[in-house]
Amino acid sequence: MSPNGRPRLAIVGAGPAGAFTALQLIRHGDTFDIDLIERLPTPWGLLRAGVAPDHGEIKMLDETFERRVLNKGCRFFGNVAVGSDLPHGELMRRYHAVVYAVGAQTDKSLGIPGEELPGSMPATAFVGWYNGHPDYRNLAPDLSGETAVVIGNGNVAADVARMLTRDVDELARTDVADHALAALRESNVRRVVVLGRRGPAQAAFTNAELRELGRMAGVHVVVDPADAELDPVSEEWLADEGTFTARRNVERLREYAAAPGDPSATRTIELRFLRSPVALRGTDRVEAIDVVRNELYRDERGALRARPASDATEAIPCGLVLRSVGYQAVPLPDVPFDERSYILPNDRGRVLDPATGEPVRGVYAVGWIKRGPTGILGTNKRDAEDTVGSIVSDLRHGLLNEPELDCGVDDLLDGRAGVVTLAGWRAIDRAELAAGQASERPRVKLVEREALLQAAGG
Amino acid sequence: MTYVIAGSCVKDDACIEVCPVDCIHPVPGDPDFETAEQLYIDPEVCIDCDACVEACPVDAIYPDFDLPEKDRDSLEINALFFAERAVTR
Repeated sequence: MSPNGRPRLAIVGAGPAGAFTALQLIRHGDTFDIDLIERLPTPWGLLRAGVAPDHGEIKMLDETFERRVLNKGCRFFGNVAVGSDLPHGELMRRYHAVVYAVGAQTDKSLGIPGEELPGSMPATAFVGWYNGHPDYRNLAPDLSGETAVVIGNGNVAADVARMLTRDVDELARTDVADHALAALRESNVRRVVVLGRRGPAQAAFTNAELRELGRMAGVHVVVDPADAELDPVSEEWLADEGTFTARRNVERLREYAAAPGDPSATRTIELRFLRSPVALRGTDRVEAIDVVRNELYRDERGALRARPASDATEAIPCGLVLRSVGYQAVPLPDVPFDERSYILPNDRGRVLDPATGEPVRGVYAVGWIKRGPTGILGTNKRDAEDTVGSIVSDLRHGLLNEPELDCGVDDLLDGRAGVVTLAGWRAIDRAELAAGQASERPRVKLVEREALLQAAGG
Repeated sequence: MTYVIAGSCVKDDACIEVCPVDCIHPVPGDPDFETAEQLYIDPEVCIDCDACVEACPVDAIYPDFDLPEKDRDSLEINALFFAERAVTR
């Protein structure tokens, strides 16, 4: 125990999953001294760097985290990368419990030729760029071409399609990164083609995101009426397995298909279904993407799958290709990893030793690294409750780690340059909010790691 | 009137915890909870008490007469969720 008699717990990753874990621990008895350790100088993960700038109301969740986590005595150590700066073993020498909440930090690739051409990138990189994530500050996506192609049918695909077409003066009132705002102002992109591998009934957009596309001033959403009609396999699937959202999406896509073109619209979003990319082409950079038409079938287990309906390809000339076909977690040094599911092997958040199947004492997982990259923000609240339940039970039964040292990471981080404490984050926050107030925006983000560290120290 | 949950709902379930008449669904554990993109208020049951409005961490709940223009479909969608549920149960 700490000198105060309380057990110490470290949460690695200050995104929504980590923050909800701290929140639930505080709510359920406030038994632990909690340290939140984060790779970036700033907390809140994808709430800050993932949620689109024009969804400012969702970003309000940070106020809950500030009030119910940071104001409740939880400590913050930003700009500290567990693994490289701070090995897992050092945490285990110091904490009774270590909770990994590191998320899924890379994207899945398409595995097709030309994917690595300049002008082709993960949508997640583009998202980090417009949201001021320091790692993507210098991404410089080329927006000189008229057509951009987005591969994928989830909400990240919808977000990037919206960001590429939304009126820049509207974006200027958000917390979009200044460099992105400047680049989008000069953008030549007038047409965004969004490709879905399966049909309209299987699109993973939320209905809210799909409605929103049709609400943007100056943007026309185009759906080919033939694409909006369901094939017999999808009709049956929608009736048997379709969700409330899927039914609404099909209705909405039919409305888009039937809507007359808006002559005043200067930008279009084309939603195309049953299309898969097979190659990206170009000499020095992306010039076109080849797509095939798919058909749906049920595999031997009854799952609905897409396969090419023919060899015929269609070339879509384009200057930018953003792929959004899923996130993928990255293994952590010295911590078990399931290479097939890309998660930490776990039972209700207790990380398991793959050799024995037994829990590794004092090591836990929460969020995407625990369950895979699924669900929305609030999903992490229940997920955190589950992991916290395991931690509290293990505390009660004497099953936590027994650290050899009687301190947190203070001794390791004391005097180390560039560690952002709670006071440092508060200083960053104040500087960003003040800059926002001066320009009638919610905040103006500091986007360079150096600028963030400077603000934290000032 | 009724309160209405807009599309910016993040499925934080604080509203469910405070609702005195259990009119917010789906609730954790319901078969349609995980696939639901948001939570919905049953306009037939809501008693307009505004406890959920206070609890919502992202201000996604509005009285029906005060829905922002961009969320104008949400009134119908909240009601439709319960209408369809009644048929399938």
